[in-house]
Amino acid sequence: MADNQMTLTFLAISENQAFARVAAAAFASQLDPTVAELTEIKTAVSEAVTNAIIHGYEGSEGDCFVTMNCSLLNRHIYIEIKDSGKGIPDIEQALEPLYTSKPEEERSGMGFTVMTEFMDDLQVESSPEGTIIKMSKKIL
Amino acid sequence: MDIQFIERNGNLVAKIRGEIDHHTADKIRKSLEAKFAESTAKNIIFDFAHVGFMDSSGIGMVIGRYKELQKTGGRVFAINIGPEISRIFDISGLRKIIPCFAGIDEIESGV
Repeated sequence: MADNQMTLTFLAISENQAFARVAAAAFASQLDPTVAELTEIKTAVSEAVTNAIIHGYEGSEGDCFVTMNCSLLNRHIYIEIKDSGKGIPDIEQALEPLYTSKPEEERSGMGFTVMTEFMDDLQVESSPEGTIIKMSKKIL
Repeated sequence: MDIQFIERNGNLVAKIRGEIDHHTADKIRKSLEAKFAESTAKNIIFDFAHVGFMDSSGIGMVIGRYKELQKTGGRVFAINIGPEISRIFDISGLRKIIPCFAGIDEIESGV
């Protein structure tokens, strides 16, 4: 049982990248994180939400949603970012630094590297029905 | 997000104010490309003094300008990198290809 928990579901549009990361940071602020820790959480969330919008839902029609679940337990924040998009065909390849499936679009291919560096733990679950990114971080 | 341009001594300085993510990086790219095309500048200087957040979309956008300017012999510099974005510069390796300085004067005295 978590000490605290929140869930947000929002439209998969790029305007909501800022909304999601600020909401996660505001939730994490209960643990009195440092400014650096907050920046790391915001950046990791921004990367995961961006991936859901531009990769997961690429080519999708109609309203698509991203769900972010954040929970706090024993001075850790656990963040799950879930989409119902097309999934990641090769997770191992996607996790490689500098790999991008869109080299023509000025993507840096550093999204997963940033998530790995800025959070303590990262897990990726993906199928053709969608992707869940699970990240956690201890707030010292 | 807001962007202001100053052209001086062959450098186009892009002063960005706000946050750089996938949503704003594309706007910055378009605005910068248009301004650079109509200017006589050879180099681009990103001024990050008023950037409170940047994710890897910003890294992609800066590297994109670096690749573009390589074609014409121009260079890309960064100034005023605050603590909020310093670490993403480090882990992405951006500092290895984009020289970072404290301010414009340092670049102009060295170039």
